[in-house]
Amino acid sequence: MNKKTSSLVQRLTLTPYSVWAVLFIVVPLVFVAYYAFTDSSFAFTTDNITRFFTATSVVDDGETVREVHTYLVIFMRSLKLAVISTVICLLMGYPLAYIMARAPEKTQKILLTLIMIPMWMNFLIRTYAWMTILQDKGILNGFLTALHLRPVHVIGTESAVIIGMVYDYFPYMVLPIYSVMAKLDVRLLEAASDLGCPGPSVLRRVIWPLSIPGVLSGVTMVLVPSISTFYISQKLGNGKFFLIGDAIEGQYVANNLHFAAAIAFILMVILLVCMALMQKLANRKLIVA
Amino acid sequence: MKRASKIYTALMMIFLFAPIAILVVFSFNDAKSLSVFSGFSLHWYRELFRDAETLKAVRNTLVLAVSAALISTAMGTAAAVGINRLRNKVLRQVMDSVTNIPMINPDIITGISLMLMFVFVGRLFGAATSLNFGTMLIAHITFCLPYVILQVLPKLQQMDKSLPEAAMDLGCTPFRAFLKAVLPEIMPGVITGLIMAFTLSLDDFVISYFTSGNGFQTLPIRIYNMTKKTVTPKMYALATIIFFVILTLLLVSNLYDEDEVQRRRAARQIRKASKEEKT
Repeated sequence: MNKKTSSLVQRLTLTPYSVWAVLFIVVPLVFVAYYAFTDSSFAFTTDNITRFFTATSVVDDGETVREVHTYLVIFMRSLKLAVISTVICLLMGYPLAYIMARAPEKTQKILLTLIMIPMWMNFLIRTYAWMTILQDKGILNGFLTALHLRPVHVIGTESAVIIGMVYDYFPYMVLPIYSVMAKLDVRLLEAASDLGCPGPSVLRRVIWPLSIPGVLSGVTMVLVPSISTFYISQKLGNGKFFLIGDAIEGQYVANNLHFAAAIAFILMVILLVCMALMQKLANRKLIVA
Repeated sequence: MKRASKIYTALMMIFLFAPIAILVVFSFNDAKSLSVFSGFSLHWYRELFRDAETLKAVRNTLVLAVSAALISTAMGTAAAVGINRLRNKVLRQVMDSVTNIPMINPDIITGISLMLMFVFVGRLFGAATSLNFGTMLIAHITFCLPYVILQVLPKLQQMDKSLPEAAMDLGCTPFRAFLKAVLPEIMPGVITGLIMAFTLSLDDFVISYFTSGNGFQTLPIRIYNMTKKTVTPKMYALATIIFFVILTLLLVSNLYDEDEVQRRRAARQIRKASKEEKT
């Protein structure tokens, strides 16, 4: 192909997408920053950002009345719940991914399909199903009463929110770990045990380091949506545990677009830093391994 | 599998499917209760099919998902061809990073960012509400594009580069060479991209929520509005139908996997060749 047609092809294929990407991926992010740093008449201000770090509110938990930093508390709570959910997903998902990867090929395929089915159900429905189960007069307590056990109060607690997050994002942890483990060279494991490495050590010294890329993408795929979710906490936490996503949504509903943008901007910056750190950590780990 | 593995896998499957099973069972409940099953009835399904708003939302969702999937697949495939031919390393790096943004960013940020832009531009033109079907379609195409590109790009990299060159040496125009030599090779990737885009669009709630405005309601938004008030098992009937549609689709697509397609294509070519030999 001559040079002229080649560059023409290049332009024809790449231009629509490049224009689209600039208009609808890059420019909107610039708008987040623009709204975050302006007031309602679009004059420059850092008030929105400072408000996030300094706004306080009074909390009355029945015993003590305290003044707390509203949004910092919300952010720390989001981080805590998201980290706990991610760890639980990892602890539950890693063994499953391992079992799947070593299963016969047909079983692997069936399990893979089974894990993907709930993923395709809308997360609103999945979350709502848990609301039915965990309600005080719901199915779980009906079950416990039938067994003559004491009913439990779960709905409206942090545990309920964590259960919802774990359930909604569990497949996102299993699938990346599975796909890395399925490609693992079985001969490596055989070599390790042939050379006298005991079972648990094979896991710790061979399988785990090799599966780190999968773990890392699983962790990202669970952590990012659970830190930014806004529906799960409203439904399963009875609105008592405001998360950072709820804060953004609340400001959007109240039409405080500039402050909503400021919270989104801060969340984005924090996530970017986290991901860069994780990538760095991963690279170092991989080199050591 | 060892016994412990089997038990563990079974437990995980129970965890994944128990909530869905409960939805399905209670969609057939006689009474309105969501915890006591009092008898089998199709009452809630009748109610659901009488709910004009939900039916309209289903239609809206399908129209949106089909449009978004087709447009993003066409644009994404072209983009993948272009990106694959990029020799400039810096430009390539920039393209890859920008493509990654919608996948890495939380949905809420993608949604908010597009909404802010639409509102701002709308205000420039003096529109009272700037969010409608159009803005939602733009949003859906935007978050589908990276997935299409990511499905098509590896197929292009695996492809023999001399194929389109040979086609053009034999007199094909570049466009014809693409249709005849490249497209069949990358078709599995294009189809997977199309299906992914369709399902992503179908399922999206967060981005739609921020970019939809009041007029246009998709099914996830309808479900959200339904769950804001006390829910009747009508929603469960809806969830059950969605579940069985998904189940059927997954089973069909699993039967129709890539190997099967290739086997059939090979068989067709052999048949064709033998026919040509005869004539």
